Amino acid sequence: MAKVIEGLYYAESHEYVRVEGEYGYIGITDYAQSQLGNVVYVDMPEVDDEVTAGEEFGAVESVKAASDLFSPVSGTVVEVNEALEDEPELINKDAFGNWIIKVELSDKSELDNLMDAAAYEAICK
Amino acid sequence: MSDKRTCLYERHIRLGAKMVSFGGFEMPIQYTDIQDEHVAVRTACGVFDVSHMGEVLVTGKEAERFVQYIFTNDISGAPVGKIFYGMMLHPNGGTIDDLLVYKEGDERFFLVINAANIDKDYAWISEQAKKFDVVTENQSDYYGQLAIQGPKSEAVVEKVLGLPCQELVFYTFKKMDVEGETIIVSRTGYTGEDGFEIYASHGFIQQMWDKLIESGEAKPCGLGCRDTLRFEVGLPLYGDELTDELSPLEAGLGMFVKMDKEEFVGKDALAQLKAEGLKRKIVGIELEGRAIPRHGYEVVADDKVIGEVTTGYNSISTGKSVCMALLDIDYAKLDTPVQVRIHKKLQPGVVIKKRFYDKNYKK
Repeated sequence: MAKVIEGLYYAESHEYVRVEGEYGYIGITDYAQSQLGNVVYVDMPEVDDEVTAGEEFGAVESVKAASDLFSPVSGTVVEVNEALEDEPELINKDAFGNWIIKVELSDKSELDNLMDAAAYEAICK
Repeated sequence: MSDKRTCLYERHIRLGAKMVSFGGFEMPIQYTDIQDEHVAVRTACGVFDVSHMGEVLVTGKEAERFVQYIFTNDISGAPVGKIFYGMMLHPNGGTIDDLLVYKEGDERFFLVINAANIDKDYAWISEQAKKFDVVTENQSDYYGQLAIQGPKSEAVVEKVLGLPCQELVFYTFKKMDVEGETIIVSRTGYTGEDGFEIYASHGFIQQMWDKLIESGEAKPCGLGCRDTLRFEVGLPLYGDELTDELSPLEAGLGMFVKMDKEEFVGKDALAQLKAEGLKRKIVGIELEGRAIPRHGYEVVADDKVIGEVTTGYNSISTGKSVCMALLDIDYAKLDTPVQVRIHKKLQPGVVIKKRFYDKNYKK
């Protein structure tokens, strides 16, 4: 059974945001990694790139396929998780512990459009 | 049109395989994990259901002349039991299909063709056959097929299946009478490893599959790793590296085209292509980073698009991101720097030989 964590914001496209102050840590959910299989590459934006809610910002790739990543929120990338460059499989080991990008949120009200843990859990069934 | 199912379909479902549509069949892409299955074939033994492949029997007085006419390789003077790889071409040199030809007798040849091309191929073969004293029969619905591949495959075929195969050398076969039917066992495959392919009735194929799986000596492997395995050793997949619009010369498969042979369909077009010089060619590309080049991605050099990726992966055996790509001939030389556009970014790489891992055939 895929894990869901309380207190995070979830998008229908299976990304999550963990909010800390003005920042959001964006990654893919445990359900998403289980559907994808072994992650062999993560395509990430660069620091200072802008991301927009609902728009593509990178991709997670299994042996066979690339799946686009969609940003649940808008903002500026302030950090990318460099550990994933050498060990993309960290996402399979702990999807919630291994965020992909850290974003300075430009509009916190966008969080209202996302799901809470219970609502997200319901769409993963 | 709904996909066909092979005689092992229920068994794939019971093993929990993930099924996909391929060549008009519903086939297992993986049972557990593409990487584990890939490694099993490179290091031990894997079994694939390849019953989707098509089979055509050609018999008759002019069988050899006919096969010579539709096939690019030269089968003349071959002993019974020998197998040839080559292509069937359109008159304009484009590739109808790549196939294996098994010489069963002086007037009897067994052709193994790609699943997706069975209807197209058989229509072509029947049409050409009208000019020869031959009989053709599409036996694709009769035969099931297993591929047992990997360094331990000889031991597995001998011990688990009880089929003597040790004396077979690479690209030869024998027919065996087992349990009231005649089966075909060949030392062939599509993985770059030693291995065998077995053609038999559906019932027989099911029994052999069950024996292999129950023994635990052969890991069930899906089409996912079949593709990563063939790719690493530079073998073409029809639809990627060979198409109706692409000749075997451009695909870098000239060694399977015998231009000194009397006559075959497409020969004139290839001779012309050779005389004029190739304008494009399939090459290998190795990227500096880990970004993964995939089918259809653009290849760029000197700020212009110079070709596209035909197949690409992060190689499971070497960990490098590599691809085969069809490039403008001006950029097809070894060591030429090129870039592949991956998710909007240009990733630097260099042209290399389209063999990313060495084959381990038993000659």
